[in-house]
Order: sequence, then C-alpha cells, then structure tokens
Amino acid sequence: MNARVMAFKAYFPLIGIAILALFLLVIAPGALSSFRLNNLGKYCCYAIAGVGIGLAWGRGGMLVLGQGLFFGLGAYAMGMHLKLEAAGPDAVPDFMMNFGSGVLPAWWAPFRSGAFTIAAIVVIPALVALVLGLAVFKRRIKGAYFAILSQALTVAFGALLVSQIKYTGGQTGLNSLSTFFGYNLYDPVNKKMIYMITAVILIVMLLITFQLYRSRFGEVLIATRDQEERVRFLGYDPANIKVVAFVIAAIMASIGGAMFVPMAGLINPREVSALASIMLIAGVALGGRATLLGPAIGALVVGYGRTSLSEAYPDQWTYFLGAMFIIVILFIPNGLTSVIPKAWQALNRRRTDIKEVEAV
Amino acid sequence: MNDPQTHEPDHLEIKDLAVSFDGFKAISGVDLALKQGRLHFLIGPNGAGKTTLVDALTGLVKASGHATYRGKDLLSLKSHQIVRAGVGRTFQTATVFEELSVLQNLDIAGGVHRSAWGMIMARRKVPTYVEEALETIGLQDVSRRPAGVLAHGQKQWLEIGMLLVQDAKVMFLDETVAGMSAEEREETGELLRRICPDRTIVVIEHDMDFVRTFADIVTVMHGGKVLTEGTVAEIQANPQVQEVYLGRSAEGTAHA
Repeated sequence: MNARVMAFKAYFPLIGIAILALFLLVIAPGALSSFRLNNLGKYCCYAIAGVGIGLAWGRGGMLVLGQGLFFGLGAYAMGMHLKLEAAGPDAVPDFMMNFGSGVLPAWWAPFRSGAFTIAAIVVIPALVALVLGLAVFKRRIKGAYFAILSQALTVAFGALLVSQIKYTGGQTGLNSLSTFFGYNLYDPVNKKMIYMITAVILIVMLLITFQLYRSRFGEVLIATRDQEERVRFLGYDPANIKVVAFVIAAIMASIGGAMFVPMAGLINPREVSALASIMLIAGVALGGRATLLGPAIGALVVGYGRTSLSEAYPDQWTYFLGAMFIIVILFIPNGLTSVIPKAWQALNRRRTDIKEVEAV
Repeated sequence: MNDPQTHEPDHLEIKDLAVSFDGFKAISGVDLALKQGRLHFLIGPNGAGKTTLVDALTGLVKASGHATYRGKDLLSLKSHQIVRAGVGRTFQTATVFEELSVLQNLDIAGGVHRSAWGMIMARRKVPTYVEEALETIGLQDVSRRPAGVLAHGQKQWLEIGMLLVQDAKVMFLDETVAGMSAEEREETGELLRRICPDRTIVVIEHDMDFVRTFADIVTVMHGGKVLTEGTVAEIQANPQVQEVYLGRSAEGTAHA
C-alpha cells in the first residue's frame, strides 16, 4: 500500500465523525419530535462518557467499570446549580427545608455561580481520577482488581448519595429543575438548544479523541495496553500514561453526566449506579471499544434500545439486551463497527483479485 | 552537572552486587567494570546468573551492592528512570509492538527526548534520529510493515534500533543471536561493531562461535559469581573455564 493511501486512510475516522455530525445536528433535529430529540440527547450523554471509556478501556486496557462515579460527579454538580437556580436567589432547595436544617451548607453555596459549576464539572472528577489513578496504577494494580475497585467506589458513591439526604436529596435526588442557566427547561426551543449543545460536545470529544489516537500519546497508550513492562524500557512510567487516559475519561464522563441533567430534568442515585456504569460499558463493548466511533455509536444504540424495547416490552426488554450482548461478544468480539473495515478489506481484496485475474 | 564523574569516559562500575530470591543467592559478590567502546560478552552455563545480573542493573529485581553509572546509583532507580539515565536492554524473546509499524516502533522509543507537548501531536515526518537508526539496522525496506510480520532476526535488529533511538549509551543485549541463521549472526555482529565505539555494549551469549568472532572482552559467570574475565584467547586457555563451560559446550555445539 503506498504512502498516500495510508495518509488518506488515517483520515477515515473524520469522515465517520462528519456523517455522525450530519445525523445528530441536521437530520435528527428536523426529523424527530421534541420528546424523541430530548431522548437522543440523553443517549448523546452516554456516548460522551462512552468515548472516554473507549479511550481508557479500548486503548488503555483499563476496565473502567465504575464510570458512573464520574458521570455522577458531573451530574450532581450540574444538578446542584440547577436546583439552586430553581430555588431562586437567597433561597434554599426544597428538600433541605424538609430534611435538613433549612440552611444552605457552605459547600453548596459556590454552586450558585454558573462559572464555578462549569469549572467544578471538569476539575472535581479530574482530581478524583488523578488521586485514584496514581494510587492504583503506581502500585501496579490492574485487570480484575482495578475493575472491582472502580465498581466498588461507584457503589459507595451511590450509597453516600442515598444516605446524605440532607445534602443530596437522597433516593429522590435533585428534581423539579426548571431552568438551565436562565433558560426555561420546558420551552421546546430551549430543549432543542440544550440538545444541540450536547450533540456538539459529543462531536468535539470525538475530534479530541481522534487527535489523541493519532498522536504519539495514542501510540504509547496502545503500547502500554499490550506490553506494559516493555513500555517501562522505553523510558516511560506506564502508570503516568494510564493516569492521563483515566483522567481524560473521567472528565468526559463528568461532562456527559452534567448535560444529562437538564435533559432528564432531574438526577438521582439510580442514574449513576453500578448498573448505569455497566450499561455505559456495555454500549462501548457493543460498538467496538478500541475504535474511535464504536463507543459513541454503541452508547447511542444501547440508549435507543433501552427506551424502545422498554416501551414495547416493559418486562422482558432486559433479556433482549442481554441476548444482543451475548451474540455480539460471541460473533463480533471487536464490536459492531469492526465489521465496516473488515467489509472494506474484503471488498478491496476482491478488487485486487479481479485486477490480477485481468492482468493474467 | 558539575559532578567530576561526568568528565570521565563512560563507565559502569559494579561493586559487590548480590541478588537473592527468598534466601537463595542467585548472584553474589559480583565486581565488574563495563567500559565504553568494546564489545563485552557475558557467558556462562544456564543458571549462572547472567540474566539476573542484567535484571538487577535495569531495575527488574532488587539487588544489594553498588552499580554506578555517570554518578547515578542504578540500584536505587526504577526501570524507566534507568532508561532515562542512558541504560537500555533487550529481552531474550524480542518484544516489539506487533501492531505498530517498524517506523512507529522506532519512533515510540524516542519519547525520552520529547516534551509533553510533542506527545499530543501526531508524527508529521520521520525525525532524523529515527531515520538514522533505521538505516543502521538496515530495515528501510520494511519500515512501514507491522513489526509483527518481521522475521525473528529482524525483530532483534528492530530492538537494537529502538535502543539507538533511545540513545542508550549502555546496552544490555540478552541472547540476541539465539535462533538466527549464520548469515543473520554475521550481520548482527557487524551491526554491533558499527555502533560499539561510542557505547558500552554487553551481550549475553551462548553461541561460542559468535563470541569468538566478535568479543573484545569476555566475562565468564558460574554459580552466581564472576569466574574470570579476559580476551577470548585468555578465556579459552583458562582450565577452570574449560571445566565448567567450554568443555561441555564444545561437545554440544549442535545446539548452537
């Protein structure tokens, strides 16, 4: 294969991103009802988290079973801001009147500021992931132990949210949200705007990941996944490489969680539970964890599948979903999107075969 | 930087090095001076402690004693820090990144010289030091192939190329020519000769023909200790060596 074709092939994913952007930003807003579009927006949030999982798990080999933790950190940060907005200036959220002292806790107060909230959505999960990542990867904890640890933290986070009802709204979470940075959440125009913001964020995350995958960092990350010990003898500490990927994945999950809140109109512990984490990772596995677009597409498909199957078969839909995973993992272990390059290769092979036959 | 030792020629000094696994002394009392510009071979029967010695010097196993290179105590550093101090190694089985191309494999080894900003950029062109290494190891024709499809010998050369890109001043090569054809051995030896003058190269080897042809100096290890050290002629004349090593090896040359 000559260099020009190779260089061209390197940009293939951009074409995929462009097609996805066309679908999400042009076709879907025109074709879908406000309700369906809002649902698609929620799937985009899963997809944003999924892109991060693809980076950490697909490329970095870290089985991040607990991304619900970071999704939740972003979601609750956003939820707190919107809850304070809904309460109005100087007022206290309703559940604090019912369950708490009726005084706003000091650590809630800064979330009145939109700028602080946006910064918190990025910085808090990044710090948590940094500390956690350094503690875990420097000690060379990996594989199943890391997966169990990340899952356990998510369970602990969920339990904390439920138990601290004075601060978090407990099982019910933060609901009755009415505005998003001043825009009424019930106005269809604003709903569409929030959807568009989310879809654009997803596209931007994909572009960032595209650059990461083609960068030297992306190469070292794959090298670390495949032969961690060998990477040490290239002069890198593999722990640092993994921490960087883990932190980026955490930030993406957090942003996904934050955008989920205005579209759902609420946030509660169920949305960030261990089960939610598994749904996230399942979408990534379905779509193809090591590919660029696979995690996003997988998350969109699983989100859509959950809604439509649960509407049609409220009791049995989880079985369908389970069956789908078994089939995909048995027959297409690299995910749905891995089929496309294979088909392309097969097509190319046929073409060259034909050419050779003609040459003879 | 003002350390007087940096002005001396490169020299890895090993004093009283010992490694023990659960009380079993794998190596003990090893004193060695590894000097720049000569092909230094490390030989000895299986279990003599050759690989363990290299493992100790590259941070893979804990060791006591001293190993100083350019004023740094290697025994207190971690593997990746030792690499950054200029000491590199290969492994008995070539461990290249099979999915990456030959060029990418070489490029990835250049990370020690790069800033964090350089890491998030894609490779635009091939850096000159990568080009040079590619030429030195003679793999230009296969530079865009995935490393996984390379022949066994080519993989070993690629590993040496990666050490060149890393600019390792001290190279430990673990049984590099094992499993190579006679022609590949010849080429490997010449490659080592070419890169040797401004480096310290230490080769663990079993193949006595290869040692005889290319060694400037040979250290014989036996039972975790240094038995003797000298030129090929001196080693071959040493009755102790003949007893523990060469005698047996001479009978069993078929395996080489």
